Amino acid sequence: MAKKEALLTGTHFMNGDIACAEGAIAAGCSFFAGYPITPATEIAEHLSERMPEIGRIYIQMEDEIASIAAVIGASYAGLKAMTATSGPGFSLMQENIGLAVMTETPCVIVDIMRGGPSTGQPTMPGQQDVMQARWGSHGDYEIIALAPSSVQEMFDLTVEAFNLAETYRVPTLLLADEIVAHMWEKVVIPSAEKIRIVNRKKPNVSPEKYMPFMPDYDLVPPMACFGEGYRFHATGLTHDEYGYPKTSSSEVQERLVKRLCDKIRRNTDKIIRVEEIMLDDADIVVIAYGIVARAALSAVKKAREKGIKAGLLRTITLWPFPQNQIAKIEEHAKKIIVPEMNCGQMVREVERAAKSTLVVFLSKLGEEPHTPMEIFEAIRRNC
Amino acid sequence: MVQEIMHPLSKYLREAMIPHIWCTGCGNGIILNCFVHAVDELEMDLDKLVVVSGIGCIGRSAGYTNADSFHTTHGRALAFATGVKLANPELNVVVISGDGDLFAIGGNHFIHAARRNMGIKVICANNFNYGMTGGQQGPTTPLEASTTTTPYGNIEHPFNLVHLAAASGATYVARWTTLHVRRLTQSIKRMLQKEGFCFIEVVSPCPEIFGRRNKMRTGLEMMDWFKRASVVENFSDPSKAEITPEKLVVGEFVNIEKVSYEKFLHEKISQINERKVGW
Amino acid sequence: MPERIRHAPLDMGKATFPKAKIQLIKDQCKGCGFCIRFCPQKVLEESQEINARGVHPPKIVDESKCLACGFCTAVCPDFAIFIIEKPSKEDVKNG
Repeated sequence: MAKKEALLTGTHFMNGDIACAEGAIAAGCSFFAGYPITPATEIAEHLSERMPEIGRIYIQMEDEIASIAAVIGASYAGLKAMTATSGPGFSLMQENIGLAVMTETPCVIVDIMRGGPSTGQPTMPGQQDVMQARWGSHGDYEIIALAPSSVQEMFDLTVEAFNLAETYRVPTLLLADEIVAHMWEKVVIPSAEKIRIVNRKKPNVSPEKYMPFMPDYDLVPPMACFGEGYRFHATGLTHDEYGYPKTSSSEVQERLVKRLCDKIRRNTDKIIRVEEIMLDDADIVVIAYGIVARAALSAVKKAREKGIKAGLLRTITLWPFPQNQIAKIEEHAKKIIVPEMNCGQMVREVERAAKSTLVVFLSKLGEEPHTPMEIFEAIRRNC
Repeated sequence: MVQEIMHPLSKYLREAMIPHIWCTGCGNGIILNCFVHAVDELEMDLDKLVVVSGIGCIGRSAGYTNADSFHTTHGRALAFATGVKLANPELNVVVISGDGDLFAIGGNHFIHAARRNMGIKVICANNFNYGMTGGQQGPTTPLEASTTTTPYGNIEHPFNLVHLAAASGATYVARWTTLHVRRLTQSIKRMLQKEGFCFIEVVSPCPEIFGRRNKMRTGLEMMDWFKRASVVENFSDPSKAEITPEKLVVGEFVNIEKVSYEKFLHEKISQINERKVGW
Repeated sequence: MPERIRHAPLDMGKATFPKAKIQLIKDQCKGCGFCIRFCPQKVLEESQEINARGVHPPKIVDESKCLACGFCTAVCPDFAIFIIEKPSKEDVKNG
């Protein structure tokens, strides 16, 4: 039986949601569970058509809590799995994101950020979930979050999100804003051999010797899946290397939670991706992500035309936060400008990382992101 | 004599996790016993069995079963199990959880998994309260019962779980008590061999937490109630299957055939592809 | 025999009853008393012994009364009792 092509190699005109869906397919995502929510619905709609025709699973669950739970289940049954949502649904998912962290489940969660709090502005852009992405679930943990700035990046970073999730056994977030998700742009989907795909590490010991949460030197345990004969147990309770609950042991709690954090912290150099534009001699540096970074780029270019030594640091990885890159900027920069579509979220991280440089925050809420002119004016005022 | 005697069902249990945490007189051990007994009689392949549970006393049963098992967050066992079953339909996915987990916090997942006819087998231990947190009122607490949060008597009408399951579309619905060990084991066997969404409610004694506040201080007193009040009414109307001090209706209420979600889905997938070939 | 069956089966005289060996794993017992109360043949009773968990496990009063129904095995929440059915005389005869 001939199946339709999974990978649509070629040049396309797509919106960000569809590019994200195609990125998931390219990454080998075989399971999608979701619940309709503006502005992420197109991902589900597109996958409801695409997944069955290539023999993969799409299901619409009864809510976002169920969606993420099903995603974790599918991942434990051996499939690469994803869900997509927006602010309110992302809030509902938080408890089970913690479960995915605790049980070290590779999975991808797409959050198309709209204006909040609460139902807020469903069809308007926002960057208000940055801190929720990092701290939304209770307890201490580390998580990975990527912020695309273009439709092409919606494709590329979705693939990357799967690779990171599979490498580190951690839920990985794609934090896109509504504009990037609904914008139509050119997307180039490469051929299969040009797309790097990472699959989770499998155990190479017999089922009798397998300890499901015994890490390798990289702090990541190899992952057996249900039905492979390993007969293991996993729980959201604090557990030892066998996966058995150890709810009264401070030693096990310390060992487990520290490892869950350290497996990301020790690998930040491998995980973090930033784009550095005209930074080498910059006096004034704009740090931005998502759609705002595009306006910031125009502003920086305009400033250079006017003879202002401006530069742009685009944080593609939001979590773990690229603080070493900020330290590098501090060697020459006098001021840092952080434009964000919120009341100040990533700017707090920048302020924390910048020891001596003055940080100027540029807030904007509502329908439009910052215009290049607004950011340029801020650069001019501060140079 | 130091010779160790091995229970014939011990191979189905995780040695490192036994003894279990359940109190004296608790019925959860009986439910686990009947479940592994059914698995044994069916000679099921343990490598293809996945036991999923939520939070609560009975939620620990997933960890006690020597199969692939997952202890999810509170109420989400069915949603997790949905992902497992769809990802690998060859697996036998069993959810063992409590009344609070499945019908209060997880109620939405229950009715939708049943509506979709997802091929998941559910065993629900109904002990009329939240045992693990110390005996609070729950979705099955009988009217006027005393719990730690209904000190003046419960004024909420309880769910009739078998009626709810039948109305939501389950293909197999039964209720037994932990005294009906044979019929419960037979019922679990029947359920494990069926295709779609199946549900067994097991009325279970909770003497330490629920019983002692309601004039049944020991497991024996609660089991005596089951013995005195139980009436087997197979295939009777589940909406009339009451649980009162005088009458406890047990039996098989529904046993029908209906295409499961996962079978439907895979049929659809092959139809789509056949059509594409013709174009 | 359950009380509600008033008459013994007509072929009672010809019937042979299976026999069983009852195995207790005393230290696994939590002392709920289910096996004692619900044994149809009243084969067990509470002992005076105190086991590793500090409860009185059951003791066997008269194993010859056991008809190998296995109810105690099934109703034990702690996997602390089971029976091994002894081969009947016919089984032995037939090999």
